[in-house]
Amino acid sequence: MNTVLDLIFRLAWWLILAPLLPGIINKVKAWVAGRRGPPVLQLYYDLARLWRKSVVMSTLASPGFIIGPAVAWVALLGAVILVPLGPAGAALSFWGDVLLMLYLLALARFCTAWAAMETGSAFEGMGSAREVSYAVLAEAAMVAAMLSLCVQTGSISLATMLAPSAGAGAVLLAAGLFTVLLAENCRVPFDDPNTHLELTMIHEAMILDHSGPPLAVILHGASMKLLLFSVLLTEAVLPMGDLSPFAATGVLLGGVLTVTVGVGLVESLLARFAFRRVPLLLTTAVLLCLFALLVAWKGGAA
Amino acid sequence: MNTHLNLLIGLAMGLNLIALGSSRLPSLIQVVSAQGMLLGVMPLLLEHEWSWMLLAVVVATVGGKGLVIPGLLRRAMRAANIEREVDPLIGFVPSLLLGAGGTIAAVALSQSLPLLPEHAGLLLVPGAMASVLTGFVLLIGRAKAISQVCGYLILENGIYLFGLLLINSTPLMVEAGVLLDVTVGVFVIGIIVDRIQRAFDSLDTRKLTVLRE
Amino acid sequence: MISLLLIFMPLAGAALAAAWPDNRTRPWFLPAVALVHVVLCFWLLVAPPEVAPDAWMGFDPLARAVLPAVSLLFLVCACYGVSYLAVRAERPNRVFVAALLAVLGLLSAGHQARHLGLLWIATEAVTLAAVPLLHFNGTPRAFEATWKYLLVGGTGIALSLLGSFCLGYASLHGGGSGDLTFASLMEQGAGLSRPWVLIAWVLLLVGYGTKMGLAPMHTWKPDAYGEAPGIVGAILAGGVTTVAFTAILRVRAVVGAAGEGVLADRTLLAIGLFSMVVAALFLLGTRDFKRMLAYSSVEHMGILSIGAALGGAGLWAALFHVWSNSLTKGALFLSAGNIRRAAGSASMDEVRGMAMITPRSAAIFVAGMFAVTACPPFGPFFSELALVRAGFGSGHVFVTAMLLGCLLFAFFGISRVVFGIVDGRPRPAMRTGGKRFVETAGVILPPLALLGFSLWLGLFTPPLLREVWEAAVQQLHPAP
Repeated sequence: MNTVLDLIFRLAWWLILAPLLPGIINKVKAWVAGRRGPPVLQLYYDLARLWRKSVVMSTLASPGFIIGPAVAWVALLGAVILVPLGPAGAALSFWGDVLLMLYLLALARFCTAWAAMETGSAFEGMGSAREVSYAVLAEAAMVAAMLSLCVQTGSISLATMLAPSAGAGAVLLAAGLFTVLLAENCRVPFDDPNTHLELTMIHEAMILDHSGPPLAVILHGASMKLLLFSVLLTEAVLPMGDLSPFAATGVLLGGVLTVTVGVGLVESLLARFAFRRVPLLLTTAVLLCLFALLVAWKGGAA
Repeated sequence: MNTHLNLLIGLAMGLNLIALGSSRLPSLIQVVSAQGMLLGVMPLLLEHEWSWMLLAVVVATVGGKGLVIPGLLRRAMRAANIEREVDPLIGFVPSLLLGAGGTIAAVALSQSLPLLPEHAGLLLVPGAMASVLTGFVLLIGRAKAISQVCGYLILENGIYLFGLLLINSTPLMVEAGVLLDVTVGVFVIGIIVDRIQRAFDSLDTRKLTVLRE
Repeated sequence: MISLLLIFMPLAGAALAAAWPDNRTRPWFLPAVALVHVVLCFWLLVAPPEVAPDAWMGFDPLARAVLPAVSLLFLVCACYGVSYLAVRAERPNRVFVAALLAVLGLLSAGHQARHLGLLWIATEAVTLAAVPLLHFNGTPRAFEATWKYLLVGGTGIALSLLGSFCLGYASLHGGGSGDLTFASLMEQGAGLSRPWVLIAWVLLLVGYGTKMGLAPMHTWKPDAYGEAPGIVGAILAGGVTTVAFTAILRVRAVVGAAGEGVLADRTLLAIGLFSMVVAALFLLGTRDFKRMLAYSSVEHMGILSIGAALGGAGLWAALFHVWSNSLTKGALFLSAGNIRRAAGSASMDEVRGMAMITPRSAAIFVAGMFAVTACPPFGPFFSELALVRAGFGSGHVFVTAMLLGCLLFAFFGISRVVFGIVDGRPRPAMRTGGKRFVETAGVILPPLALLGFSLWLGLFTPPLLREVWEAAVQQLHPAP
């Protein structure tokens, strides 16, 4: 009984809280620009509206066009189940679950790209190619960040791994993970989510031809991914080990809110980088995480 | 004391990587200026007794490396009307990776060098080696004269970092002499850069190819 | 006291010359200061002062063995300089004269420096002081040469500073008191921390080797010597390379005292041979007679390096070679400067038949060519003979054989260029243009005098000089 309640509570947190984040980001952007902006709950309304609509499907596309978003969403759900929520731990935790999480994220990306290429359109193909090529470097940075956490705590289970680093390592890790967050979730400076020019899109291009419930599922999955990365970043940097459940929840919520507001500010204040400069930024993220690893390794050796 | 000093040196090593990755000349000059000011402050953390001479040298170093020399470089940049390093000989991502690899190698190699007990936990030797390598990469890999001068300054910063190991034994006179030489050297370089700009109407050193066999 | 005067008097002269208002009479500062310097120098040569072991600066046996040659070279070049600056009266010579005198003072400081830090400061100052001399011609080519000199030379100087710091740390780690004079470093001997000494040796060899012009750090030399006026080339090739060589010798003595003498000698041999091979190859291909002189200078620096690696007898021969090389190179550079002025170009493709246009300079140039390629009876023949004997005597047969081979190829290369310029009929355009350059006594007598000194040094090497070189070898290779 307790485990069922526990599972429901966790799913509620992830599923229900996730669409709030893009709304907060848009509100922050609007506030910086001096506008009132859309309501914070806008994505919920969008999801509800999309769910009621029907699917428009190309005659060329195989069922993969529908299967792709579904599998991606389930993969993301699997990934978020593995992420611990502060001292409450994860719903599912075993030795090496961090690897499973990384692979589930990669599976989600693969399915999205597959569904995009099913349409046979040039824009989707271009978007998929760009997304996947950025993912090479972004995943390298992610792996380096996870490695540094592993070396520090000596374990490869997410529940025990997300203890905070000390000193310079935490700052480097935070900077690296934040850049990876921006890259993986297609935010400025890697990709502008508000652009309407197809030739400049990356993630938006991949979902151009989706409609109705699949599109709702994709948007919800994207917001879950954002929440996942925010929680990872918060837990890697802030100490939550010996706080009471309420305090820990408060700290976690506060951390996620800070990260979201930070993303909103970055989106407002930076311009999107030219494509040829993105590898440089991603390499910097890899190096930041690598140096966090170095600090953790040398700090442990010393 | 050690952790503060290590933090400053870590920042200096981070500045090296920013210098390698940035293509805009104003930001390169700012990085060099910030690194110079960081380094100028370090003797205060290393010396145990403070004297007026020490304070004078610190102020002179911070002023010279942090304000005067970057000011000269900015003037040269404005006179030449360039702001970007467009097409370097070693690309930005390769030079960034070289610098990062060199920093890691420096940290690893300096474990095997014998150090006095009071210097054992410090990052001075890796920081020095990393800065020297960064300076070389910039000197060899960039085509604009100002970028090469910035590389030379980072090289000198690395050597200065190493010299801090000897600060307790070398009298300040030699330190002051070294600083003076560096300043005069950069001054001379500034004059030559200015003459090159006037003679060739460009600070792209790839144009300096008339002399050959 | 007098040794300090050797440093400060030229510097004071430089300041006075910089303040002197008249452009036409300013060049006379050069021979005036140089004459006083030579007198003082040779006085100290004959009556050496006592140098305290822990002094930071002093006219010790090594300085005594080498500095008078530089001083003599400078005097003759200064006399040439008066006539040269009179020919080039259209250019303001305030900075030129002041910088040249500053270089003399700083060279004296560098030779006499017995402290690691002071040696570096003097050498860096010489590097910077030579910059305005290099671009005296004011052409874009001169600026390009100056830029390359600054970058490569500046990097070399920075590396030698790092090497000095490493050597200082080696001393500190070995329990030293922080006294960084060469004498106390040699005393600390085996107590110096071994890894740091090796790192310091590599860095100092590369750093000061750049100043000397050893390959592969020689790339600035052809451009710099090619575009600088002849008098500047003579001072750089004869004086600045000498101070760098002295620095390497002092450091090698410390490394030897620390127990790594064999390794140091091997690296010196390797770099010396490499320089000679590179120089010989480029000499076979070059078409510019001023760049040819630069490669010849690289070759002779290789010879000096090999000599320093061959132990006591080799070092004696190397010190002899410093004298003969400086004097001969001086003659070559000055006469080459005359020819360049008269011909308007330095390339073999455009210059021919100079024997008809500037017969005396051409004659001196040819004689100088024979001298520098070790033909008897000039000085370099005897010094290189002594070196070859030391090489065979210490068992380095392969090295000495390669040295002789490189000398042969260098002879081919140099004679090809020199005879190409001097022989034949001049181009029609030059027959009228050449008349503008008049071979006055002021531009002919100095290189002739230098050739004469070189001849005298070879045939009648004075026993005083032999003793002086022997004393320097004793200082650097102290008997255990």
